Parts: sequence; structure tokens; C-alpha cells
Amino acid sequence: MWHILKYVARRGRVTEPAPEPLEGARRPAHLIHHEILAILGRALAIRHVDAGSCNGCELEINALNNPYYNIEGLGIRFVASPRHADLLLVTGPVSRHMEVALRRTYDATPAPKLVVAVGDCGCNGGIFGESYASCGGVANVIPVDVTVPGCPPPPAELLAGILAAVQARPPSGEGMAAQEDFAPGFN
Amino acid sequence: MEFFGLDCRFERLDAPVPIFGARVHAAQWSALALAVAEAKGRLVSLWGSDERAAGDGFAVSAAYATADGLLWAKLGLDAAEPAYPDISRFFPAAIRMQRAARDLVGIEAEDEGEGGGDTRPWLRHGAWPADYFPLRIGNTGQERFEAQADAYPFVPVEGDGVHEIAVGPVHAGTIEPGHFRFSVVGEKVLRLEERLGYKHKGIERRFMGMDVDEGARLAGRVSGDSTVAYAWAYAMAAESLAGAKVPERAAWLRALLLERERVANHLGDLGALGNDAAFGFALAQFSRLREDWLRLNHECFGHRLMMDCVRPGGMARDIDAEACAKLRSQVTAIADEVAELKDIYDEHAGLQDRLVTTGRVTPELAVRLGLTGLAGRASGQTADLRADFPWPPYDGLAVTACSHRNGDVAARVAVRFGECFASLRMIDALLAGLPGGAVHEPMLVTRDGVGAGWIEGWRGEVFVALETDARGRIVRCHCHDPSWQNWPVLEHAIIGNIVPDFPLINKSFNLSYSGQDL
Repeated sequence: MWHILKYVARRGRVTEPAPEPLEGARRPAHLIHHEILAILGRALAIRHVDAGSCNGCELEINALNNPYYNIEGLGIRFVASPRHADLLLVTGPVSRHMEVALRRTYDATPAPKLVVAVGDCGCNGGIFGESYASCGGVANVIPVDVTVPGCPPPPAELLAGILAAVQARPPSGEGMAAQEDFAPGFN
Repeated sequence: MEFFGLDCRFERLDAPVPIFGARVHAAQWSALALAVAEAKGRLVSLWGSDERAAGDGFAVSAAYATADGLLWAKLGLDAAEPAYPDISRFFPAAIRMQRAARDLVGIEAEDEGEGGGDTRPWLRHGAWPADYFPLRIGNTGQERFEAQADAYPFVPVEGDGVHEIAVGPVHAGTIEPGHFRFSVVGEKVLRLEERLGYKHKGIERRFMGMDVDEGARLAGRVSGDSTVAYAWAYAMAAESLAGAKVPERAAWLRALLLERERVANHLGDLGALGNDAAFGFALAQFSRLREDWLRLNHECFGHRLMMDCVRPGGMARDIDAEACAKLRSQVTAIADEVAELKDIYDEHAGLQDRLVTTGRVTPELAVRLGLTGLAGRASGQTADLRADFPWPPYDGLAVTACSHRNGDVAARVAVRFGECFASLRMIDALLAGLPGGAVHEPMLVTRDGVGAGWIEGWRGEVFVALETDARGRIVRCHCHDPSWQNWPVLEHAIIGNIVPDFPLINKSFNLSYSGQDL
């Protein structure tokens, strides 16, 4: 234990300020945290769905959890179920074999919900395009709020995309009426 | 050359590792499989192709690793009833590859003995009908079909108190999709059956008709965590096809990138493995080191994961002396940190308790099932292409395979630490002796050419077979991931363990979904 504590103490804190949702100066974590609280009333819960990526985007999404980006410090966390999520972070061209799973995940996410499509493939199918096996971009399968291009997009750009989606979100409750077609995903 | 006393001539391909190709007939196809199995060789890959455009029928290919190198045997098949002798009785890993070859090309493996093989589709779920074969030349790959009924019969386990846990395709963490069906009693796993193919996005069809340079970008996206290994294997295939030699500096830079990719993945896995055993400190520290590593990749190579840096004919970019100095000083700093973290791992009794004896694959089982790559080395297998067939620049680096005999999660952790230190040493040596000169040599693509590439990626051996048509465009490109061999072994590694240890065992293999789904 002593060895571990010594190791931690010697490295200190490496967390960096988070990026602006769009272009601009970097901002300290507490401002973003306050903003998320003001908009959502609580921490932002993200459910990641890999709908057919090469796994490159997943590596960069995982990097958001490292101490440099410290995404949990901003009040953002990844959750294990779409039922706990405010936002779906979707990667890949959507393979035909993941089409149903992605729709069901979307249906299982309570409204109002946000969708961020990640990577060139998530934006428009990327190098894999559309074919017998690929539906192409995420928007071909479920509604998308924000797209983050890149192959893969680096963590800071992912974070900027997530923050942009949150800021574009209507205050709590207002989105419910617009998404009346919401049905629990028991199908 | 002739091998195993078989009456067929293998021609050596113009690649820096020993790769030999031959066309065989049906009797030789089976005799070769038997001979390789008896000589303790490995099946590297099996795939099908449609050669009717060139006036032939269909074909099935098998690539074997032997003591003399890689043997690529191709068997021509009847255009009307394409069938070939099943080789899964010699190599169990062939089962899923044969199922995939049927799904994509429509060629059948015929079992000569009694008892039919596994006839369930593998890569085909409900996206296309059973009589559509995407790699057949009459099809464009752009066909769209209504979703078909998809009822996959899992093997049931019956008995008092047995129940099933179905997991996926959408998993709980930030990982790739696949389905796991556990049959359990209480917490204990009696059987695991995997179903993959969810990420099938038509990569092999996409290659067809591309020019060779264009294909390099796609090959680098078969599996994002192994982009350098794929890009190099593809480039080696393209160069062997064209009879081109890469400049010495380019070969050294490729090895530098491949070892950096290995270290990046090992750092990520070592952190994640600690985390899966509830040791969050490990994830925080290793992910910090990995981030430092990726940031310097971006600074020196223009991409955090080093995508599109290796291209046929050499490298897409060079590095200067300043970058070399930064890379060298980082190697020293990271080696010190990893050594310190290894001590912490070794001394942590609670962590070791979770790792030792968990998810064990004995060396005997590893041989029988063809376990390969890093996981194979943790179960007593010593195959490592960099040590077995050292091609430049590995011929001057005195690589020895890191191996372990226990075959448990702890062994796979130990091999990762060992390989991490070895790669750091190699990176330093590569930077210290980096030769000068150009990093790219334009090459002329051969028409109707055949080439192959074989590289030891961080997960295991990556193999690429490339063929061009009369216009010099890609007519077939098959990319093989070592996950094909290792996924079935994971089903055995979990037997008798408890469900909560599955994430830990799974992570210790860290297999690719995209690389095998294609």
C-alpha cells in the first residue's frame, strides 16, 4: 500500500482543462460540471454502442477515462445500460447485423435522449460505405444530434462533441413531447 | 520446393519471410493437412475465392505455419458443385473458417468421416439470404435485402439447476459487440458458446476492384488496435506481389511502429486487467502512460494510433532527429515506470489472488486447439515470427519469444510485462541504429499477381493474401486475424470458473471482434 501511495503522490495531478464545446479557449472542469448540472439537473450518463466500428474509436473513447481527460471529473460517466443513459455515443458504420440491436438500444433509452455519432464511419459510413452488410452512417438507422468526424477522432474532439450535444439540448422535460413515439424496448 | 514428401512444387514468394505457394489437388490438400498436423504445424488461415472470371471454378486456400515457413495451398473447386475435404479433424480452428467460407463464397467443406460437421452459418445472420454469396463475381456487394429470420441454435446444456445467461451483442462496457451464451449452475460456468459476426461489414467484398494503394487504407482498418500490423502485412503482400524491395530505413521504421503498437496495447491491457480485478489504481496509471505514448505517436507520426503510416513501397512519412531523441527519452521513462508498476502488481496479494489459476489453458489444450500469439505464448507455445523467421530489421535484434507455462490470467499478464520490456529495448535499438536514406520506393503492381504478408502483431500472427487481376486491381484480398484461432479457446478457458471472472479472463485474451467478423 505504501508503495502505491508513494507512486500516486510522486505523479501528482495530470488532469487538463476540458475543451470548449466548439472552437475557443479551454475551460476549467467546474464550469462544465455546473453547466451540465444546470441543463440536466444531474450527471450526464452515456451509453456507448459499437455498431460495427474497427475498434479504433473505442480506444479513443476509453482514453476519455484516463487522468488527462478525467471525464468523470466533469460530471460525465459511462453507464452499462441504455435505460440509465441520457446520451448514446455510437461508433462504426452500422453493420446490418447490428441494425436491430442499435434500434432496440435507442428505443430502450428514456426520452429526451441525445445521440452523438462518432468517427468518419459513424458520420457517413467512412471507408466501409453502404453495402449488403453495412447500413452506412448512424443517421441511416436512428436520429443523430451531433456528429464527430475523424478516423478516429481524438479524445478532446470526442469530448467537445459530447459537450456540444448537451448544450444543444432543451431544458429537462421539454423534449418529452417531441418524442412521443418512445416505446420501451421489449420488442 | 517440396514439403513432407508431397508431390507438388511450392514456389517461394518474394517476401522477406519464408512464404511458399502451390496449387494442389484434393488428395494433396488432405495429405498436406495431415502432414502439417503430424509435424506439429499450425493452421494459420482458411478462405475461399471465386475464380470463374479467370476461366476457373472456385478455390479454397489454406495457410499453414511450419518449421520451414508458411505454406499457402490452393485447391481448385468445381464451378457447379464447389466442395473440398474438411480439415477440421486435423485443425479444430478450421471449423469457423470453413463456415465463414461457405457464408461468403458458397463453398462446402465435406466431412469424409461419419458425423456431419457444424453446418450453422457463422458470418451470415439475417442480413442476407442463404443463397446469396457476397464474394461471388456475379454479385456487386451493393445488393440490399430485407432482414431474414435469424434463429441460431445454440447448443443446450441440460440438467438440474442449469440455466442460461445471454449476454450481448451490446455489452456493458466500451467494447465491441458479440454474443455470449453461458450455461451455468449457480456461479459456475459449465459451458460458454460464442456467436460473433455482428460487426461483419463486408471488408473482403470492399477490397475487390480497389487498386493496391487504395487497399492499404482499408487493410489498416480491419482492426483498429492492430492497424500497423495489418498495414505492414498488407504492404508485404503488395510488395511480394510486385517483386519490390523496400528501403532499409522504411523497414526499420515499420518495426519501430509495430513495437510501439505492441507497447501501446500492452499498456492499455495491463491497466484494464488491473481494473477488472477492482484495482483502479492500475487503470489510472497505465492509461496515463498509454496517453503519453499516443500523444508522442501523434507528434512524431501524425496519428495517435499510427494509421496510414505504412504504405506499399515503404512509409508514408519519415521522422527527423528531434523526433528520434524524443522517442528514445520516452522509452527510458516508460520502462522505469512499467518496472515500478510491475513490482506493485507482483507484491499485491489481493490482485494476484484474482489472476493466478483463473481462466487456465494448459499447454496440451493450447496445442490441440491451435492457440496462437500472445495467449499461446502464455500457455507454453513459443511461436513468435520475429524470433522464428527474423526478417530485417528483426534479424539484428536477437528477439526471443516471451513465454510462460501456467496459461492462466497471471501468465498472460506476465507475458505482457515481458513483451513490453522487450519491445522497449527493441525500440531503443531501432532508434539508435536507424539507417539513413529514402523511406519510400515507388513500385509497379504486377497484373495477375499473387502476394502474401505475415507479421507478428501484438495479438498474434496477422496474415494477408493478395491477388490482382489482369488490370492490376485487387481481385481477392483475405485478411486473417489471430482471434479466429483464439476465440474458440476462450470457450474452454472459462469452463469451471465463475461468471464474475469472465470479464477478467476475456480481457486477458483481448481478442478482436472486427478482425474476425470482417
